[in-house]
Amino acid sequence: MPVPDPSTPIRYVAKNMRLDLRLIAEMIPPGARVLDIGCGDGALLEHLTREKGADARGIEIDMAQATAAVAQGLAVIHGDADNDLAFYPDGAFDYVVLSRTIHAVEKPREVLRQMLRIGRHAIVSFPNFGHWEVRMKLLLTGRMPMTETWGRPWHETPNIHPCTLLDFFDLCAMDGYTVERWLAVDERGLKAPWERSIRLANLFGEQALFQLRRAG
Amino acid sequence: MTQSPAPQTVESAAAPVQHQAVTFPEGLALDCGAVIAPVTVAYRTYGQLDAARGNAVLICHALTGDQYVAEPHPITGKPGWWEAVVGPGKPVDTDRFFVICANVLGGCMGSTGPREMMTDAGGQTRPWGTDFPSITIRDMVRAQKLLVSHLGIPRLLAVIGGSMGGMQVLEWAATFPEMVFAAAPIATATHHSAQNIAFHEVGRAAIHSDPDWKGGRYWEDGRIPARGLSVARMVAHITYLSEQALSRKFGRRLRGASALTFLEDVFEVESYLRHQGSTFVRRFDANSYLTITRAMDYFDMAAEHGGNLAAAFRGTGTRFFVASFDSDWLFPTAESRILVRALNAAAANVSFVEIASDKGHDAFLLDEPDFHAALGGFLRGAAERAGL
Repeated sequence: MPVPDPSTPIRYVAKNMRLDLRLIAEMIPPGARVLDIGCGDGALLEHLTREKGADARGIEIDMAQATAAVAQGLAVIHGDADNDLAFYPDGAFDYVVLSRTIHAVEKPREVLRQMLRIGRHAIVSFPNFGHWEVRMKLLLTGRMPMTETWGRPWHETPNIHPCTLLDFFDLCAMDGYTVERWLAVDERGLKAPWERSIRLANLFGEQALFQLRRAG
Repeated sequence: MTQSPAPQTVESAAAPVQHQAVTFPEGLALDCGAVIAPVTVAYRTYGQLDAARGNAVLICHALTGDQYVAEPHPITGKPGWWEAVVGPGKPVDTDRFFVICANVLGGCMGSTGPREMMTDAGGQTRPWGTDFPSITIRDMVRAQKLLVSHLGIPRLLAVIGGSMGGMQVLEWAATFPEMVFAAAPIATATHHSAQNIAFHEVGRAAIHSDPDWKGGRYWEDGRIPARGLSVARMVAHITYLSEQALSRKFGRRLRGASALTFLEDVFEVESYLRHQGSTFVRRFDANSYLTITRAMDYFDMAAEHGGNLAAAFRGTGTRFFVASFDSDWLFPTAESRILVRALNAAAANVSFVEIASDKGHDAFLLDEPDFHAALGGFLRGAAERAGL
């Protein structure tokens, strides 16, 4: 029997994936060329292809999920964000989506750079490490916080690059990306009413959703 | 290799079998500059071509395969070589698709090749033998193109093949992109590696060193170079399997003994290989083997496109499905990944999976449910996109 490769990271599995993807799907216009990195079994690709007539393709690190997506007739390759984006040509896509994956890649900054090289827009969602519950658990227990969102102990988590909303804004500023839209949402994927204040969103938003483009 | 197969007294190949075929008097211009005229393409079809002629699927066979993909073989009587994949209700569903499979140019099951007759400069009619010109994978594809056009098919819904068949799929997509809606190159590579060329050369050396080969003119006395061809098959067969598969099937078991006696002991794996070799020579021609292995060795798509593999697929509208098997060391996943990355660089629509299997290169021929589900899904998706 083939032995599982221990170097393969465990994918961060989001709860309520479909609601999160629905928010992303709303950001993508009909007929767009889309690359979904970490596409899982292809739920977003399927939706974009059928409902929006998009030319939607995916990359998935988990072989069983990739095979399931291909078996549905979706254009999905087995691969990962860190190693495969470099092979796409400049401007190949209108939208490149990275849903709840950026905190699990080896080089988030490079992945983001590649996303905005091969796509005109990048859509990135990630769990917000600045959420009050995370802050409170670290403050009160003195231990790495474990919450519904951050559900694995520190020594087993594939989430090697957690960040907060503020951190992500800083990275965008540093690398010259324009934030076209941003949202803070709760774990069920519902929009949260803190859009006036980034600081409040960083405290109360469990998930963050950004749409970026290169400045200029 | 220390063990030769038992000497055989095969006097000739099996009795001639009539193959369904079409002959093109104008012939075919080859990459090497020669022209073969006339040229014959033997083929089989399964299922019905629809009124719009849009449901045709071309299957490309591997080195020692042939056109009998989904029916009993006329010489061996064994089931078709890809009945696991092609047939009613199978991933390549013959209830839905019109499936075509042609014997490759240079083959020995009815298509023009070293065993077929030609008229030489002296007006004498004899088999081509080693006078058969050097051919390439692209030449094979050009011969298939003649057939597809003859059948009145403007565009193939899909071209599918494993191993050398996968090489043909890639050449189809690169040479006639407007005729290929979807392409499935499986367990293959964009060039034949040095290691693979080396294994082929061992096989060819075995044939050359058989006294019955007689410089390729073995048809003169009707004795085929069975020992050489058999050894070539034995070597090749090892490369089609994985170490795990051999261990699982045979381990160190002996035939007819439970422990080593040092008296003519035969390991089961030896016996298996000898059987593979001896049955192969009944259906395959040695000069064909030499011709086709050379064609595989010449194959290098990047070299055909100025060293840039992506250039072979620039602007392609073809949808691709690439699959590899994780225990295949003849055409390892790394080779498929090179292809996938070149297709991505060409902005092609591509799916890629590496199937977990311990069966080695042969896995593409065998019962691999994940592979069949992925291939079947890809084909259904392509058919839907093509408006079928």
